[in-house]
Amino acid sequence: MQLRVALRNCGFIDPESIDDAIARDAYAALAKVLVELKPAEAIEILKESGLRGRGGGGFPTGLKWEIASKNEADQKYVVCNADEGDPGAFMDRSILEGDPHTVLEAMAINGYCIGASKGLIYIRAEYPLAIERLKIAIRQAREYGLLGKDIFGSGFDFDIELRYGAGAFVCGEETALIHSMEGERGEPTFKPPFPAESGFLGKPTNVNNVESYANIPVIYLKGADWFHSIGTGKSKGTKVFALAGKINNVGLIEVPMGTTLREVIFEIGGGIIDGKKFKAVQTGGPSGGCLTEKHLDIPIDYDNLIESGSMMGSGGMIVMDEDDCMVSMAKFYLDFTVEESCGKCSPCRIGNKRLYEMLDTITKGKGSLEDLDRLRNLCEVVKDTSLCGLGQTSPNPILSTMDNFHEEYIAHLSDKRCPSGQCKDLMNYVIDPENCVGCTACGRVCPVGAITGEKKEIHSIDTAICIKCGACEEKCKFNAISVK
Amino acid sequence: MSKYTVNLKINEIPISVEEGTTILKAAKELDFRVPTLCYHEDLCVAGNCRVCVVEQTGSKALVAACAVPVSEGMEIHTNSAKVRSARKHIIELLLSEHNSDCTKCYKNGNCELQSLAHEYRVGDHVFADLVTGKHTIDNYSPSIIKDDSKCIRCQRCVRTCTELQSVSALAVAYKGDKQKISTFLDHPLVEVVCTNCGQCINRCPVGALIEKTYLEQVWDAINDPTKHTVVQTAPAVRVAIGEELGYDPGNRLTGKMVGALKRLGFDSVLDTDFTADLTIMEEGTELLSRLKRALVDKDPDVRIPMTTSCSPGWIKFIEHTFPEYLPNVSTCKSPQQMFGALAKTYYARKKGLKAQDIVSISIMPCTAKKYEADRPEMRSSGYKDVDYVLTTRELGDMIKQAGINFKNLPETNYDSIMGDSTGAGVIFGATGGVMEAALRTAYEIVTGREVPFDNINILPVRGMEGIREAKVKLEGCLAEWSFLEGVEVSCAIAHGLANARRLMNAVKSGKVNYHFIEVMACPGGCLGGGGQPIPTSKEIRDKRASAIYQEDENMQIRKSHENPEVKQIYEEFLGAPNGHKSHDLLHTHYTARNKY
Repeated sequence: MQLRVALRNCGFIDPESIDDAIARDAYAALAKVLVELKPAEAIEILKESGLRGRGGGGFPTGLKWEIASKNEADQKYVVCNADEGDPGAFMDRSILEGDPHTVLEAMAINGYCIGASKGLIYIRAEYPLAIERLKIAIRQAREYGLLGKDIFGSGFDFDIELRYGAGAFVCGEETALIHSMEGERGEPTFKPPFPAESGFLGKPTNVNNVESYANIPVIYLKGADWFHSIGTGKSKGTKVFALAGKINNVGLIEVPMGTTLREVIFEIGGGIIDGKKFKAVQTGGPSGGCLTEKHLDIPIDYDNLIESGSMMGSGGMIVMDEDDCMVSMAKFYLDFTVEESCGKCSPCRIGNKRLYEMLDTITKGKGSLEDLDRLRNLCEVVKDTSLCGLGQTSPNPILSTMDNFHEEYIAHLSDKRCPSGQCKDLMNYVIDPENCVGCTACGRVCPVGAITGEKKEIHSIDTAICIKCGACEEKCKFNAISVK
Repeated sequence: MSKYTVNLKINEIPISVEEGTTILKAAKELDFRVPTLCYHEDLCVAGNCRVCVVEQTGSKALVAACAVPVSEGMEIHTNSAKVRSARKHIIELLLSEHNSDCTKCYKNGNCELQSLAHEYRVGDHVFADLVTGKHTIDNYSPSIIKDDSKCIRCQRCVRTCTELQSVSALAVAYKGDKQKISTFLDHPLVEVVCTNCGQCINRCPVGALIEKTYLEQVWDAINDPTKHTVVQTAPAVRVAIGEELGYDPGNRLTGKMVGALKRLGFDSVLDTDFTADLTIMEEGTELLSRLKRALVDKDPDVRIPMTTSCSPGWIKFIEHTFPEYLPNVSTCKSPQQMFGALAKTYYARKKGLKAQDIVSISIMPCTAKKYEADRPEMRSSGYKDVDYVLTTRELGDMIKQAGINFKNLPETNYDSIMGDSTGAGVIFGATGGVMEAALRTAYEIVTGREVPFDNINILPVRGMEGIREAKVKLEGCLAEWSFLEGVEVSCAIAHGLANARRLMNAVKSGKVNYHFIEVMACPGGCLGGGGQPIPTSKEIRDKRASAIYQEDENMQIRKSHENPEVKQIYEEFLGAPNGHKSHDLLHTHYTARNKY
């Protein structure tokens, strides 16, 4: 069911050995392209393959290269975006740590196709092992003449340097990434001009994500038709996902486009932990949305996910079960975007903060039904008016939970109740007099002395003192304590 | 690159504009105003406030009119329901992080956010108010107050400080909702490279950056019967004060302004132009003496090019940025400070007053002058030479507070002494003006003839080009100046500190050689100063400049050395230019400062 294209070498080679990589065809595609193909022909193959950007946007990679190739300049740049920032996502990291040469090779092909002699990898400093392995790989490739001057005697020169990011989520946005590489503040600027026209140091620049690059050498070796045959209508090839959350098998998977969520979660992922009920899966990270039971049989591809109210994103998949509160989940993501917004444009800087505050009010049982309209209106405004992709997508977790779990919002707002029992302000621990035997165990474990009761008499919890830590519930052997 | 015409529709009305035009400008051509906050025509486009969003048919997201260029067949709606809702939301969001204490705000009535809130009838705050006690107010500088609680993070100030001034005292720090406009390590402005030029104040749409005001101290001095108040008015104030009082830009209101100052109760209303003329005598003499030392004495210590020293923003900039060029700066104090030093010495003696009874006040187009007046170098009278500096804006406030009907005031003349001026003194207010005034005098001293330009208007030094060059050949020199015979005096002029930096880097690289350089810190010179009426734009500065040159043409005397009171002060008090007394009172030296 899984098909490893981007991850084809991860775990099979010693990532610090270029010979291992070459034994599994590394740099063969580069040789083929440099020796046999003109740049325009190579771009045509990529276009035919149907590869789309794996970083989240899904822009056709071949078209991107073609645009960059047509902009004349004395210097152009190829940039690999290795600023993986979605919570819980580590696809790019695994590729860089497991198969760094495939990225170098693809960047060199990219350089040849668009006429760039310099490549830069923008990588977050929090990935020290990936950085180390890239350094080793670059050194080895230079020693073997696979980077540097006159590669394969073709007259094509190409070399790669590393640039480090400090782990700001917004620096995954390509204009912010470029500013960060230039030593400026990592803030996005409006497009146009697109990087393909004016990017790093004002020169035409092609930015692609790590996973996109990892697909490229195989396309040239096995052909555009082979790649094109995998996947669905407008989404070709495979996609790597990082499975996380309430699922039995967490970790990276790679499946052909068109695989259903049901296959991913219940077959590959082994279903929900403790046999609990599946509730939703968040795809696309903080920019995406949640998908539910009714979406389980939809084939996963760029367009279907968008149609279902989520997005592909970089490939994060966080699975939630019946115990998860969807309002809190949306709040978690908003907390992330409030922190990670660069603060440049007002809807993203202030709007997300206000959205967070509204969700916080709801989870504390202080909201009213009118909040729902205000919440939705503000979500739309933040989406419609933000400067970059971060703000244009940050309300998605709210909108999709509002659409799919409307009744949960209503419960919080009108009944002041959290159906999953996650929102601390909306729950109380109570002792069931039927089951309590007066063993005093709960009273002894309570850190704040909220539980009173004599031995062998029914105990009670003072909700004014209780901090809802749940220690009593865990301690009680008679199932006498529960959340109401 | 050749420009093509692009056809589009805005609010259903077809229009053709040049390729590359923004939606904002195209809409303006059709007389549709799209509101803006972060946009300023002097600065690069940031597109961060999002107030200017408009709807483009076929695009789900709204687009920022200030940033997006038109394209063929585009259909734009500037006032659709979606646009109005988004705009109102954004204004409400901005207000939610803004200290909306409008009635107590210095910018009340001249605040772009306030106007928009009014225009969109923003009612009760829909969103919680973020503004708590966490914001700091930096009021340590004698020139500028920075109040973060008012800041809407449009970054106009940052772009001003970086692009126009290349000072970068202000920068963006932190991210997300904690993002703020900050300085090096959050130090107060007075401790960093800030030049106090106040250009940020001129462009701040709200009250986050304002000048420190000394209005109450000045009123107190006026009302104190034991004090004699002397007020001086800078050249650029007279062509801009009208904008504070309901006139269009570019009106010359010297006589009315003097009349207003008298009605305000100042004991003596005098003119900084007088000391501008005196500066020419001192600085011209200094230049000629430097040239003599360089050309005749071959003195290795003499530093050429000599630069002007009238702009206190430029002085602070060179102290931080090019300290190795401090010996090139003319030792002359600025006209304001020359005036201050003389007010408490020469003027006091002539009027039979004690220096300690004089309160010396200046009306300046400038915020850096407030800092300059506070400098320890500026106490050569034995007292603070200039006690209080008010901006053009503050003078406007005083006139309004006093209930003076400015438009009906009679034309009034300056008092004497130190009230006489010439056309050369007036043009100090425009970029190139000091250079022109100096050339008019120096040329005549050296050759005995007027400068060889039509009606002595030295047009090559005028204009709004960032850096300008001019050469004047000295021919037929008088015997005393024969060593200058045939010398082509090479001059350069820069306005705006970014241009000053470019010019100084060129000088440093040895690619250019000049004898004399004029630098004014502000775009357009003093007429575009940080204390001038808000708003500012190239169009407004052009109008003020032409008013200044009209003022010059209308003066009976147009050369500094012909100012009768200047002649008188040398005879009665100073002796000769660059003489001993001048050096004590009118000259100074500056010191190197840190680079951050």
